[in-house]
Amino acid sequence: MAGVGTEGGAISLAPSTGRSDAGRWQDNPTLLRVLSVVLFAGIWQIAGMIPVSFAFPTFVDTFTAFLGMIADGSLPKAYLSTLQPLILGVVLSTFLGVGVGTLCGLWRTGEWLFIPIFIVLQAAPVAAFIPMVTFIYGIGMTAKTLAVMILALPVIVLNTYKAVRNVNVSLIAMCQSFLGTRWQVVSRIILPDASPVIFAGLRLGVAAGFVGVVLAELLITPTGIGDLITFHRSRANYAAMYATIASIIALSTLTLVALEWVETRMFRPEKRGA
Amino acid sequence: MTIFGYRIPMMASLLVWCVAWEIVGRLDLMIMVPPFSEVLRAAVDLVQTPSWQSATVTTLRAFAIGMALSIVVGVPLGILMGRIKLADELLGMWVSIFSSAPLSALVPVLMILFGFGEKTIIAAVFLFAIWIIVLDTRAGVRHISPSLIEMAKSYGATKRALYVKIILWAALPEILAGIRLGLIRGVKGVVIGQLLVAIVGYGALFETFSRNFRMAEFWALTIILFAFALLISELIERLEAKVEFYAGAR
Amino acid sequence: MRNATLRKGPTLMPEPVDAIVEVRGVSKSYGNVEALRGIDLDFPRGKLTSLLGPSGCGKTTLLKIIAGLVNADAGTISVNGRTVSKPGPERAFVFQDFALLPWATVLRNVAFGLELRGKAAAEREKIARHYIGEVGLAGFEDKYPHELSGGMRQRVGLARALSVDADVLLLDEPFSAVDEQNRRKFQEDLIRLRTTQNKTFIFVTHSIEEAVYISDRIVLLSPRPGRISQIIEPEIDRSVDPDRIHRDKHYLDTVEEIWQGLKQYVD
Repeated sequence: MAGVGTEGGAISLAPSTGRSDAGRWQDNPTLLRVLSVVLFAGIWQIAGMIPVSFAFPTFVDTFTAFLGMIADGSLPKAYLSTLQPLILGVVLSTFLGVGVGTLCGLWRTGEWLFIPIFIVLQAAPVAAFIPMVTFIYGIGMTAKTLAVMILALPVIVLNTYKAVRNVNVSLIAMCQSFLGTRWQVVSRIILPDASPVIFAGLRLGVAAGFVGVVLAELLITPTGIGDLITFHRSRANYAAMYATIASIIALSTLTLVALEWVETRMFRPEKRGA
Repeated sequence: MTIFGYRIPMMASLLVWCVAWEIVGRLDLMIMVPPFSEVLRAAVDLVQTPSWQSATVTTLRAFAIGMALSIVVGVPLGILMGRIKLADELLGMWVSIFSSAPLSALVPVLMILFGFGEKTIIAAVFLFAIWIIVLDTRAGVRHISPSLIEMAKSYGATKRALYVKIILWAALPEILAGIRLGLIRGVKGVVIGQLLVAIVGYGALFETFSRNFRMAEFWALTIILFAFALLISELIERLEAKVEFYAGAR
Repeated sequence: MRNATLRKGPTLMPEPVDAIVEVRGVSKSYGNVEALRGIDLDFPRGKLTSLLGPSGCGKTTLLKIIAGLVNADAGTISVNGRTVSKPGPERAFVFQDFALLPWATVLRNVAFGLELRGKAAAEREKIARHYIGEVGLAGFEDKYPHELSGGMRQRVGLARALSVDADVLLLDEPFSAVDEQNRRKFQEDLIRLRTTQNKTFIFVTHSIEEAVYISDRIVLLSPRPGRISQIIEPEIDRSVDPDRIHRDKHYLDTVEEIWQGLKQYVD
C-alpha cells in the first residue's frame, strides 16, 4: 500500500529526479520520529511563551519541574502508590479475563450468559461506578484495584472471546485428523492461534487500567499521581502539574510499547527474524 | 444458544441477570443493591424531574458539540495522514499515543484552561473521541484500492472530485467504524468530564445521589446512561451495515 | 495395454482384489442441499485414486467423511476391514489451505502429528527430518511457513502426513493454492514418491489433466446430488520421462473423454 501513500499527494508532485535527494530525510523513520518529537516540544514551547493561557507553562518549564519532582522524591513516591494497585489490577484482570473469555469462547451456555454483560460494560461509561467503588471500599488499595479492574476486564474478556471464537477452523480440523485430543486442540491450536488478538486485548486492558487508576485517584483517593495533579493545581504550580500528567501519559505509552516488544520476543517466534 | 430447538438471542440473558438482581435486592444483602423493580420505579420518577431533564439537555448538548467537532477535525486529519506520507510520519506517533493514553489525567488541565463549565466537558468529549476517528479514517484511506484512484485520474478527475467523489466514499465504511468507536469513547469522555467537574449535568446528579445514599436513583441514572450508550452504538451499527452493503463488493 | 478401461456406472465395477477403504451407502445433506447420495466405492490398496468432479459434487465432503472429520448421515466407512467414524492413525490428511501452524518451524510442523501422539522429541524430529528430505525441503527445517512459497508449504503438509506413517493418505485439492509451475513439479514429485512410499492415496481434484496425469483410477462424481457417474482407469506408463506423458496421445484422449462427460454439469 506504500504506493497509495505517496500518490497524488504533495510529495509525488516533486519531479522524480529531485526526489532521491529530497526523499532521503523523508524516508528515514528514526529522523522523522525525532523531528516529530522536536516539533511537538517546539509548538508546546511557543504556545507557552505567547502564552496561550496563564495556566499553560512552556515545555522547558515543565521539563524542569519534572526533574525537580524526581529530585525531591515526590514523583517516585506518588508512582509507588499508583503502580501497586495498577499492576495488581491488571494482573488479576489478565488471568480472570483470559480465563473467562476462553471459557465463553468454548462453551455455548457460558457465552450466552456472560458475553452480553461484558458487551454492555465495554460500550457503557463504567467510570460512573468508580465513585461507588470508593464509597464501598474506602480510599485504599482495594478501591483502586477494583477501579482498574472494572475498566480493564471487559475489553480483555471480549478480545479473548472473539479470538477463541474465530480460530482458524482448518487448523482445528488438522489437529483432529492427526488424533489431537480436546485438550490438545485447545492448548496447541486455539490458544496459540488466538494469542495475537488476546495480546491486543491485554494492551487495551492495560491502557484502560491506567485510565481507571488515575480516575480513582483524581475522584476520591488523595494519594498517588492523581493527588499530585490535584495538589499542584491547587497551588497554581502548573508546570509541576503538567509534568505529572505528561509523565503518566509517557509511562502508559512506554508500557504499551514494552508489552508489544515482549509479545514478539516471547510468543511470536515467526516474527522475530522477519 | 438453543433450548428445546428454539434459538434464544444472546442479549436475552440480560433478563436473567435482571431477575438475579431483583432477588439479590429483595434479600437485602447489600445497601448498595436495591431490588431491580425499585430501580425501574426510580428511573420512571427520575425522568420526570426538572433536574434530570436539564442535566440531560446539558449533557447531550456538550456531547453533540464535542462529537461534531471531533468528526469535523478528525476525518480531514485522517484523510491527510492517509494520503500524505510526511504528515503521517509526523503526526502518526502522537495520534496513536493519545488514542491509548490515560486521557482522564488531562481533564484537570482542561478544567483550568476552560473553566468549570460546559466548555471543559465539550473539550473532554473532543479529546476522547477524535483519535480513534483519525486512526480509522487513515486506515480506510490507506486501504483504498490504488486502481480506483488511477481510474479517477485517468478519467480526468480534478483533485477536489478525487477527494469528494472517490476517497471520502471509498473510505466511508472505516470512517463510520471510527465514528462509532469515537461515539462510545465520547460518552465515556462526557461522563468522566462531568464526574471530575462534578457540578455539571449528570456528574452533579451522580454526586448528589451517592452522597445521600439514594441508591435506587443512582442505579437508575446509571442504567439510563448505559442504555443511551448502547442505543447510540446500535444506531451507528445499523448505518454501518447499510454502508457495508454498498461497499460489499470491495 | 494402451486402451483406457471405461466402465459406465458403479454396478458394473468388479470387486477389486484388495480394498483398503470401503465406502458403503454413504449419504450426506447440508440442510436442504443433498451433497452425497448412496455412495458405494472401494479404494484398492497401494493405488492412487482420484475423486474428480465439478464444484458442488461432494468430492471434498466424501474425502472428509473418509477422514472422519465429517459425519455421514447414513452409510459406513471401513478401513482395513474395520468400521471407522473418527480420525484414526491409519489415515493422514493433506489440507487444501495447508493448515500449517504459523508460529511453528517447518520441523515442528512436520513433527506435529507425532507430537500429538506423545512421541519423544528426539525421535519425532529424526523422523520429521527424514521426510523433509523426502519431499525436497532439506535445509528449510528452521524456516517458518510465511517464509515459504505455496508449493513449499504444501510440501510441509505432505511431509507431515507421511511422517505419521499412515496406510492411507487423503489429499484435498492439495495443489489448488499452488502456482502452475510449482504444481507441475509437485505432481512429478508425487508420482516419484508413490513408487518409494508404499501407500494408498485418495486424491480430490477438480483438474482433469491433473487426475489423468497422476491417477491409477479416477472416480467421476456428478453434482446435485453427488453421485458416482463413471470410473476410469487410465493405464498410462509413468516410468517414462514425465514431460512425455503430457504429449502422450492416450493421455490427451482420456482428458478429452472425461471433459466430454463432465461438460453437461458446467454452468
